[in-house]
Amino acid sequence: MSVPSCQLFDQTKEECGVMQSPLVDFSYVGIDAILEQMRRKAMKQGFELNIMVVGQSGLGKSTLMNTLFKSKVSRKSVLATSQEKIPKTIEIKSISHDIEEKGVRMKLTVIDTPGFGDQINNENCWQPIMKFINDQYEAYLQEEININRKKRIPDSRVHCCIYFIPPTGHCLRPLDVEFMKRLSKVVNIVPVIAKADTLTLEERDFFKKKIREELRSNGIDVYPQKEFDEDAEDRMINEKIREMIPFAVVGSDQEYQVNGRRLLGRKTKWGTIEVENIAHCEFAYLRDLLIRTHMQNIKDITSSIHYEMYRVRRLNESNTAVTQANGIPEHHLSAHEM
Amino acid sequence: LDGNTGDKEYVGFATLPNQVHRKSVKKGFDFTLMVAGESGLGKSTLVNSLFLTDLYKDRKLLNAEERITQTVEITKHTVDIEEKGVKLKLTIVDTPGFGDAIDNTECWKSVADYIDQQFEQYFRDESGLNRKNIQDNRVHCCLYFISPFGHGLRPLDVEFMKALHEKVNIVPVLAKADTLTPTEVQKKKIKIREEIEQYGIKIYQFPDCDSDEDEEFKQQDLELKESIPFAVIGSNTVVEAKGKRVRGRLYPWGIVEVENSAHCDFVKLRNMLVRTHMQDLKDVTRETHYENYRAQCIQSMTRMVVKERNRNKLTRESGTDFPIPMGPAVSESETEKLIREKDEEVQHFLHL
Repeated sequence: MSVPSCQLFDQTKEECGVMQSPLVDFSYVGIDAILEQMRRKAMKQGFELNIMVVGQSGLGKSTLMNTLFKSKVSRKSVLATSQEKIPKTIEIKSISHDIEEKGVRMKLTVIDTPGFGDQINNENCWQPIMKFINDQYEAYLQEEININRKKRIPDSRVHCCIYFIPPTGHCLRPLDVEFMKRLSKVVNIVPVIAKADTLTLEERDFFKKKIREELRSNGIDVYPQKEFDEDAEDRMINEKIREMIPFAVVGSDQEYQVNGRRLLGRKTKWGTIEVENIAHCEFAYLRDLLIRTHMQNIKDITSSIHYEMYRVRRLNESNTAVTQANGIPEHHLSAHEM
Repeated sequence: LDGNTGDKEYVGFATLPNQVHRKSVKKGFDFTLMVAGESGLGKSTLVNSLFLTDLYKDRKLLNAEERITQTVEITKHTVDIEEKGVKLKLTIVDTPGFGDAIDNTECWKSVADYIDQQFEQYFRDESGLNRKNIQDNRVHCCLYFISPFGHGLRPLDVEFMKALHEKVNIVPVLAKADTLTPTEVQKKKIKIREEIEQYGIKIYQFPDCDSDEDEEFKQQDLELKESIPFAVIGSNTVVEAKGKRVRGRLYPWGIVEVENSAHCDFVKLRNMLVRTHMQDLKDVTRETHYENYRAQCIQSMTRMVVKERNRNKLTRESGTDFPIPMGPAVSESETEKLIREKDEEVQHFLHL
C-alpha cells in the first residue's frame, strides 16, 4: 500500500485535501454503452422483413423487388416458369431469402399476389389478401398467448404492402380506391406509380397530385400516416415524404453502360432510363424510404398499431363469446375475414 | 431523402441497427436494480458510487431500539441519468431491515413477494387491451451483499439466495472488501463459490463468449467469471491521492481507491452491470424469470377455473373475468385434459 501524499498525523482533513462532495461528476458511468450491447444483440439475432406486392400482372412488381434488394428475391426469379399464366383466382405466394449486408443479416420475405385485379370480375379481390394479413396477426397472437412462449416469436406479419398503380396518367381506378381504403386500415400501404417511364414529368406531377387528392377525399391513410407521427421531428420528415407520394418508379435488373459507368436501367431508342437517377424516376426515394430510413419504423407501426388493433378486436370478441356461451371460453378462436 | 446512390452493390439495410438505435435513444432505457443484505454493509454507498448519484441524502438511520420493531421494508428510488444523449431511468429497490432482526426467519418473503408483484403487474398489463405505455418495473438484477466478516456464506445468505434465484438475477458481492487483505479476499471468494455450488444456488451466469469475439473480449469475459463474488468498496467522498482526485476512503495507513482495480472489483462490477451486461440482465429477466412466472401463473389460474367450473356445474355461472390466455397445451396434464373434455361437453350441449 503506497504512502499517502500528505502526512496525516499532523494535518487536518481540510489541509490534506479531503473533500466531502456528495455528487462527483469527473468520471462517467458509461450508460451509453447500452447502445453497443443492443447492437450486438441485434446483429446476432438478425432482422425480419415481410413485404407484400399487390397490383395487376405486368406492372413490374417482381422486377421492382429484385431492383430494391439487388438480387433475385421475387417469386418469378425463383420459380422458372416459361409461360406465366394468370391464375383463375388470387393466390398468395411467399418466398423467403436470407440476405446479408455488412454483417447485418435479414430474412426477407416477399409476398406476391398473382391474380389480383386480373379477372373480368374483380369483386372482392381484396378479401383473400385481407384474410392473409389477418391470418398472420392471428398466428402471432396465438404464439403470444401460449403458455410456453418462444424466446423470439417468428414474425410473419406483413410489414408493408406496396400497391402498384398503373400509369394511366388520369386518376385512381375504382379498384385502387376500394383496395387501399380497406387495406390501409390493417397494414401499411405504400402506393407507387408503376412503369413510370411512360409518363413525362408534367404528366407525372399531374397524376400524383390527382392521386393524393383522391386518397384524401376517400379518407385513405397511406404510409407514413399522419396520425402516427411521434414528434415534431418525425412530422417534419414525414410531411416531406407525404408531399412526394406516390413514388413514380421504374425497375430494372439489367445493367447498361452510361457515361463510363455501369448502371441499372432500361435501354430504348430514345435514351437510357437510369433507375437510380432521381432526375429520371423516384426509385431511389422509394428505396431510401423503405430500406434505409424507415424500415424499422414500418415494422414498429405494424407491431404497435396494426397488430395491437387486431389484438384488441380479437380479445373483445372472445370476451363477448365468453359471456354468450355462459362463461366458458372457447378453445380455438379461428380467424375469419373481416 | 436525398436519393444518393452510393456504392453499387449496397442495398442499404445495413442501417437497420442504427434505425433501431434512434428509436431507443428517443425513448430512453430503464433498469431496476435491487440491493439486499444486512444493514451496514455499504449498500447505499455502493449504489451512489456506481451511478454517481446521491440517492440517500436524507436518510435517517435507525438505532438498535428502533430496529427491534422494524420489519423488512421495500423502498424504491428512481433517478434519471443522461450521458452522451442516452437517457436511463434507473430504479433502485432497497430492502431496509433485511437480516437486522433477532429472528430473521423468512425475512426474504417480502422481497420475494415484491418481485412477484412486479411480474404480476407486468403480466396483467401485457394481457390487457391497451399496451401502449406499459411500465416495466420488473427487477432486472439483485446485488446480494455478503458480509466480509464471516467465513463464507452464512445460513441467511444461503436461504435468501435459494428463495430468490429463480425469480431474479442474483449477483453476489463481497461487501466492505477493504477490511480484507488480498489473500483473504481470494480465499473467501473461493470458499463462497464452492458453497454456492454446494448449495445449488443459481446465481446470474454470464453468457458464454461467441467463438468469433476478439481475444480481448474473451479475456475480459474469463476474468469476469473468475471474480465472483465481486469484492467491492464504495465511497461517497473524494480524496486527493498522488495529486489526483479520486473516489476513495482515507485511512491513516493509506488511501483506498474505489476505481483502482488493484484495490477492489468495483470497476469490474460497474462495467458488467452498466457497460457490458445490462442488456443481457434484462433479457434473462424477461425470457427466463418472467416467462417462468407467467407459465406458473397461467397453470394455477387454469386449475382455479376447473375447480370453479366443477363447483358451478349446475348453476352455469361465469368463470373468472380475467382474460385467460388459452393456448395449445404443451403437456397432457390431468388439468388440461379435464378442461378440454368439459369444453367438448359444453359445446355439444350448446349445439343441440
